[in-house]
This record gives sequence, structure tokens and C-alpha cells, in this order.
Amino acid sequence: MGEKIHIKDKDIVVPGALLAEGLEYLPSGRAFRDGENIYAATIGLISVKGRVIKVIPLAGKYSPKRGDVIIAKINGFGKFGWNLEIDSPYKIDLNVGEISMNYVDLKNSKLADYFKIGDYVFGEITDISESGYISLSAKRRPYRKLLGGNIIKVGPTKIPRIIGKQGSMIKTLKDLSGCEILIGQNGLAWIKGDAEKEAKVAKAIKLIEKESHLSGLTEKVKAMLEEKN
Amino acid sequence: MAMLKPYMTELLAKGKREDGRKPFDYRDIKIETGIIARANGSARVLIGKTEVLVGVKLDVGVPFPDSPESGVLMVNAELLPLASPSFEFGPPSKDSIELSRVIDRGIRECHAIDLDKLCIKPKEKVWMVFIDIYPINDDGNLLDAGALGAIAALKTTLLPKYDEDEEKVLHKELTKTKLPVQKIPVLTTFGKLSGNLFVDATMREEKEVDARLSIATIEDGTASAMQKGGSGPLTAEEVIELTEKAVELGKKLRKLIPSK
Amino acid sequence: MGSKVGAPEKLIVNGKRLDGRKANEMREMEIEVGVIPNADGSAIVTLGGTKVICSVYGPKEVLPRRNLDTEQAFLNCVYGMASFSTSERVRPGPNRRSTEISKVIADALAPAIFMERYAGMEITVIMEIINANAGTRTAAINAASVALADAGIEMRDLVCSIASGKADGTLMLDLFEPEDNFGEVDMPIAILPRTKEITLLQMDGILTKAESKKLIDMSIKACEEIYEIQKKALQKKYATETQQETE
Repeated sequence: MGEKIHIKDKDIVVPGALLAEGLEYLPSGRAFRDGENIYAATIGLISVKGRVIKVIPLAGKYSPKRGDVIIAKINGFGKFGWNLEIDSPYKIDLNVGEISMNYVDLKNSKLADYFKIGDYVFGEITDISESGYISLSAKRRPYRKLLGGNIIKVGPTKIPRIIGKQGSMIKTLKDLSGCEILIGQNGLAWIKGDAEKEAKVAKAIKLIEKESHLSGLTEKVKAMLEEKN
Repeated sequence: MAMLKPYMTELLAKGKREDGRKPFDYRDIKIETGIIARANGSARVLIGKTEVLVGVKLDVGVPFPDSPESGVLMVNAELLPLASPSFEFGPPSKDSIELSRVIDRGIRECHAIDLDKLCIKPKEKVWMVFIDIYPINDDGNLLDAGALGAIAALKTTLLPKYDEDEEKVLHKELTKTKLPVQKIPVLTTFGKLSGNLFVDATMREEKEVDARLSIATIEDGTASAMQKGGSGPLTAEEVIELTEKAVELGKKLRKLIPSK
Repeated sequence: MGSKVGAPEKLIVNGKRLDGRKANEMREMEIEVGVIPNADGSAIVTLGGTKVICSVYGPKEVLPRRNLDTEQAFLNCVYGMASFSTSERVRPGPNRRSTEISKVIADALAPAIFMERYAGMEITVIMEIINANAGTRTAAINAASVALADAGIEMRDLVCSIASGKADGTLMLDLFEPEDNFGEVDMPIAILPRTKEITLLQMDGILTKAESKKLIDMSIKACEEIYEIQKKALQKKYATETQQETE
């Protein structure tokens, strides 16, 4: 059988693109095998490592995994907690026992004392049930209710760029603006500080999202944050 | 996102907006006309990321009994779920009806179109002018974008041929006769957020505003329609202040409308 | 032909069609991806005088819940025509024609999507004809396929679509309005370009077996061209975003 590779590292492929022929190669990420061939399942960036052909998706909604850190919006009340929304088809629950290390006594308080509809919470996904229900925990620091500040949407596939290598980009943003910044893997960023700085950081994040390939990006971000008015 | 209110209030209190604008600045506006081949007149308006398409179609119909020698004006807005995840399929929403009615009044009340010139046969046959507004992307202020698109499209509208013997419209044959447009109304929509006034709200700002005021003005500085929206109140002084602003901003908007 | 009011005397003059094309020639097609910032995926397709805009939202929660399918995605396709897109104004909103077209478009797109990976979820595809000059459903499918890819939906392949038919006794590709109105046969087709499997097929008129075969072959060939245009349009949007990216 002929073994043949049709793409190279960093190529951009569309769904259905033929990546390789032959059983020698292994599909990874958003690549799939059909018969002896490997194809791309989404618009994506190719990464070839030895025999492994990976398609890194360049678009698409967030799909939750256990251990992910997210920012979610309170969307409704349940019996023992809240229903959350993250602009995805998944249902997320925040149980009242997951908001504090201390015991929350619902006999002497009500759910709305802790979270109202429209509030945001920063937390970690602890479980995904077979039926697609997701549990969030926000009891350990730094997880918590987010008060005030600015919230912006970012493409979930762009989150790694905003965080940067070992968190370098996010650190630059924090250091230069003096703002608190939290990034949810579901594609939300929360910025808290002086309102003008909050607006500037939001602009800088949008720039990183759009132009992560630019070489002088860090300099550009710096200039943006230090600019007067 | 009611959470953004303190943030936006803090900015406005300093005379700023999150996108770098001052309170009474519009976003970048772009107007193109003649973009839909099948329409008798058409326009595409971009205000920042908000995009609206407007098409004008003419037909012949029976006049209203109380104005037997006047043409008929109809304004309709289709808020298709194409343009925003918050629009829904189904019958016209309250928002889409309000949108079309506010734009309709701005045009109708100042007699922007000389409807009396659109009579073919009194009591029986008059031209009917249909203005259809289609948002393509809603990033706030569909009102001003739709109104700009409507008047820009009307200005370029040509009448189709009317076959008098057969008594029917030849939709595929356009004449060189322009629709009689005699006034240029433009709409300016303001927001009020924690007591601060500003113009041209983005979607993020629209979600936080307490009150909204739309004012249609014409060339001579008079207003031809107003509409207050939102659950918060406005003071009489604020209304007067915004009426002045509307005239001032209206002059600038009018200059952006292509002459053909 | 000839019996209908307003019909041109001939649809083929000196071996050429009324717009100067040869029988197997497609009108110029342009595709732009990512035109609606609010949408998860979007595209505009222009095919001669036909223009369609499409947005994709999803995967998202199924609403209303009665549309829920626990085995696969609920693919909600809605085709519509803007009131100013035709020579005579059309009333906005769905009608029998648009409802049927929405259905066949959903069936044309579904085989390309990994539907089972979106069990219990909805993918909404909205296609609005801005200007109509025949071939609107096929243009809509081309737009939808690219918009789905732009939304990052997992797919086995894109979907390519074109109409062919017969006018003045001649078999031809990509009918435009006079041919569509006064010709004898109209046959829109959609295929999966990788396997050449047919996912949409409609026909009205009278065709022999040999003619059917010729039209299908002609359409498949055109779909291969369309696939290249779709691919380039998608790569154009994403290439600028990922240039020199250091992973």
C-alpha cells in the first residue's frame, strides 16, 4: 500500500481535506480516519510529529473537560444551587456546597443572598456526567464570585495565545495595567481595576486575539497600555 | 451583563467610552447605495460593526379612502436570527415593530416623500412604496442605521415602468423617474446610563442603559419624530439638550448620505 | 417554451446563451467568509446575479425542547428570501416554497456533518437571499457549507452545489433567470466533493436517462471548481490569523 502525506506542518486545512494515505499515519486532534486515509474534520492548523498528524481547530465553541477553569454566568436557580450559562449547549450546575469552604446554611439565608441572576462566577469543572451535566466548584481560592469589572468574550480557540507561554502574556498585561485579570477557558476574560485600564486591557486582549502572529506583539501591547487617554 | 454598569458609568463620568469614543461621537459610518440589483432603491449601512440592508420596492395598489390621491408608504423591519443570537424565528417581535414604526414616523411626518405625486388614478391606483429593513449584524443602534439606510435608499429609488393599457407594473423595467424625495430626515438615538447621556450605543452599552431617546430631525432643524425607550426616566432638560444635540449630529449624518 | 408570457424568442443564439456563456459554463462565483461578527460562522456567496448571506449559530441548546434528538444534532436550516430580492416584492416570512427548500437543504448538509457528535444539541443555519437570479438554493448550500466550517463544526467534508438543466433543447450548466423561467428542465444537485456522493437532487421537466447522466457529470465537474473556491475563501480568512504562529 502506498504511504503518502499530503500536507506539511502549519498548513491550514478545511473539513474533508485529505491529509495522508496509508495506515502508517495516525490521526490526532480534529483529524479522522476513513478507510486507509486520514482527513481533517474542522478548519484547522496542521501539526506533524513523526507519524502523528494533528489538526488543531481554528474555530469552534468551547467543549468542557474536567479540570477546566471557566467563567460562567448565573442563569437560574435550582433547588440546591444555581444553573449556569457559558454560551455552549452544556448545562452547568453550581451546588450551594461548592461556593465556600464553610457550611452554607440555607435555613437562615437564601440562594439569592449569594448569587443573583446575571452574576458571574470563576470556578473549576469537577465532573461531567454521562448525560452531559457539568458540576462546577468555586470553593477554593482563587475561585469565587466576580464583582464589578469588565467582562469580554474571546474565541475559545484563542485562549492559549492570550495566556501566553507559561502565562507570560497575561503577566505582562497584569504588570502594566495593575488590573486583576482572570481567563476562563470557555472564552471569557474578566478584568478588574481602574475603569480606563479595564477598557485598555480589553482592547489589548482583542489585539492579541486578532494578531497573535505579529512579532512585536508584546511591544505593541505595552504601547497600548501606556498610551495616555 | 448588568455587571458592566459600574464600569461603563465610571468611564462616562470621565467623558469616555470603552471603545475610545467621547459621549457624543458616532462610531465610523459607511453608507453604500445601489447594492441590490432587484430593488428599486437600496442601501447598506455600517455603523461600527452594526450592519443593515435596506431595499425599496414599488408597486401599484389602491389608495386609502381618506387620502384617495396619495401614494402609500409602508416600512417593515425583519429582525432575522441571521443577525443576532438574541433574535428569534416567528412573527415580528415588539422590537422589530417598534424599529419600523419609529423609522416610518421620521419619514412620514416631515413628508420626506411627496406622496401626492404618486397618484396614478384617484381613488383607484397609486404607487405604494415599501421600505424593508434587514439587519445583517446587530451591534447596537439598529434604529439610526435603519433610518439612514431607509433615506439613502429612498434617495436613489427609481420608479418602475407602468403599463397604462394593461394597468400593471413592469417590474423589470426601471424608468429614469426618481421617487419625489423632498426632505432628508435622520434619526439620532441617545442613551442614558446612571445619569450620563451619550449617542450611538453599542450592543454592550444598550444592555446597560436606563433610558433611550430617538429623535428624527430634518434639514431646517425641526424634529419629525421622537421615541423614548427603556424603563428609566428622562428629565425635560435632558430632552431639550438632546434635541439640540440631535440637530447638530443630524447635520453630520446627512452629509454622509450619498447623493446618488 | 414560447407559450409563456414574456418569454424571449430564443435562449440560445449563435451557439451562446443570452448572457454570452457556453452551455457548460458557470457564472462567476465569489465567496467571502466571516462576514457577520455576531455569528459563530458566516459567509456570503455571489453567483452571477444571485447573492446569499448565511450565518451559523451553534452548537447550542435545542429550543424548543420538542426538537431535541438524543442521538444526533438537530440541524435547523432556514432558507428565506429578502422582500426586495425578486422583481416583484415578496412578503417576508416563510411560505410553502421556502419551507420545502429549507428541508432539502438540511438533508443536503447533514451527511457532511458528524451529526452524532452533537447529540442533544442544535446547529442553526440561516440563509437569506439578498438578490435572486436563479440558483438560489444551490448558492445557499455553498454558503452554508462554508459557514459551518467557519463555525468550527466537525465535518466529513464540505458540500458543493450547482443547478443544471435544459433550455432551447440544449443541456446546460448553472441556469440564470430567463433559462430558469422559460427553459424545459431544472436540476439542482449537491455533492460531497471527496466521495462524489449526491446529497441533494431535485428535478423538474422531462429528461432521458442519457441526458440525466450528462447533466450529473456536468454538475459534478462544476462542483469540483466550486470546492476550490470554497477552500480558498476559508483559507484566506484563517491564513491571516495564523501566519507565523509559534505553537
